[in-house]
Amino acid sequence: MSGSRSAVWDRASASWPGRAVIGLIVPALLGVVWLITAQKGWLPDQLLPSPVAVWQALVDTATSGDLWTNSLISVTRVGEGFAIGAALGLILGTVLGLSRRARELVDPLFLLLAQVPPLGLIPLAILALGIDEAMKVAVIAWASFIPVVLNVKQGVGDVPQSLQELAEVLTFGPWYALTRVVLPAAVPPIFTGLREGLANAWQTMVAAELFASTEGLGYMLALGRQLFQFDMVLAVVLVLGVVGLAVNGTLALVERRLLRWQGQAA
Amino acid sequence: MSWITLTRARPARSLWPVVRRSVLGLALPALLLVVWQGICVARLLPLYILPSPVAVIARFATELSGGQFGTDVLASLARVLKGFFLGSAAGLSFGVLLGLSRWAERLLAPLFLAYRQIALFAWVPLLSMWFGGGETGKIAFVTLSAFAPVVVNTWRAIRAIPDSLNELGAVLTFDRLDQISLIALPGALPGIVTGVRSALIYAWLATVGAELFLDIAPGMGGRLNEGRDKFEIDLMLVALFVLTGLGLVFSQTAALIERRLVTWRLG
Repeated sequence: MSGSRSAVWDRASASWPGRAVIGLIVPALLGVVWLITAQKGWLPDQLLPSPVAVWQALVDTATSGDLWTNSLISVTRVGEGFAIGAALGLILGTVLGLSRRARELVDPLFLLLAQVPPLGLIPLAILALGIDEAMKVAVIAWASFIPVVLNVKQGVGDVPQSLQELAEVLTFGPWYALTRVVLPAAVPPIFTGLREGLANAWQTMVAAELFASTEGLGYMLALGRQLFQFDMVLAVVLVLGVVGLAVNGTLALVERRLLRWQGQAA
Repeated sequence: MSWITLTRARPARSLWPVVRRSVLGLALPALLLVVWQGICVARLLPLYILPSPVAVIARFATELSGGQFGTDVLASLARVLKGFFLGSAAGLSFGVLLGLSRWAERLLAPLFLAYRQIALFAWVPLLSMWFGGGETGKIAFVTLSAFAPVVVNTWRAIRAIPDSLNELGAVLTFDRLDQISLIALPGALPGIVTGVRSALIYAWLATVGAELFLDIAPGMGGRLNEGRDKFEIDLMLVALFVLTGLGLVFSQTAALIERRLVTWRLG
């Protein structure tokens, strides 16, 4: 986003530390307004608890250990579901990208199934698998599977013919050609798929836990809503944001690592 | 993407590839249906766990003739469209602001990026407390879901408009409105359309979520819940098929509009 392009309406120039401070102005202002609103009691606590109460809820759940156990449970669910969904998605996506026959056979069914809303699967999965781990992991896996297949299929299918011919000329075996030529060339779209898959897994985890769960961050949200503990709901929302940021950041870092060689080539 | 395949397919002028493709494409779904019906006929699973495809189709027909389905579909459609329009309009304005004004970007972008880290469904408890679990809460949630994708894509696309175009505007002494309507919006159109397209998909997802999580009201998600509560799997499957079908219509329409608009711009 940070572009060399200049903005049209104004040409504010600021060095980096200045920019970071500017970015904090509005959040700080909102925080002050929030604090004053709570102090003066302009809004009832059920609508907007004070920042102090939210902080207190954060500290309480952290010291009692609830926050850590529930975060760990949620992250584990996302990890398991994403690992299964992404692995299967990579396999199916690669097969579909490589073989036209497979595409003709599977694509229509797959594109239809891709439209099934993962959330809609939750009630059905509950009846089929119960409300325990298996249901949540299955729904999360499904949600991450779809974008991985779509992007890997596209990426592998778009690998230039010339590269594949090169692999043939060099008499690479099919496995060697796949792992050394085709897949590395398709790394950017594969990563797009993994990133979308992880984002979907994360969203679906929250939804599944909100819907039917006795543990996890989504459960804490649902519980806070039922008990009208708005401070706890806001605290969990904050935690969800921070964990989401950490996960995205890690993935972006891995992607940059894996793509370093391409940057040099180009 | 797809006009490439179109132009490639045209010179053949033979029906055979089309026939071949549809036969191959239908083979797997047909096989699955046969296996499914076979399982039911052989009673490998109790029928209340896995109703037969024929039973599901029969249920679909009853629901259709019963007349309630129409109401449900319309209620869901009304929600998704209201939220989608509100969210994209707000997202477009905010995206234009971030794209055109560097001060707005510096002041507001960090907050917006932080907001984007929060999982969409984490807003459900908050919004239901603020707006209630009824229609307002549902539409607020759908609106929120459509907002972010339009902002991101509009903002990015306006930023990517070449400097020369903006300078042209300056030379022609455009005022701010002209700058928006003559340069920023047309120049950023492909990006905006991409944003609107994904907003429509998110809005649909959010509608299903709102109907599942918030108060019971007419709507396809509500029927899904009803099927779960009454343990009527045939109803759940019908509801899921209808949701899928509507999702398909949405994504196809959005893709079509995107193609139209972008071709118009190129042509």
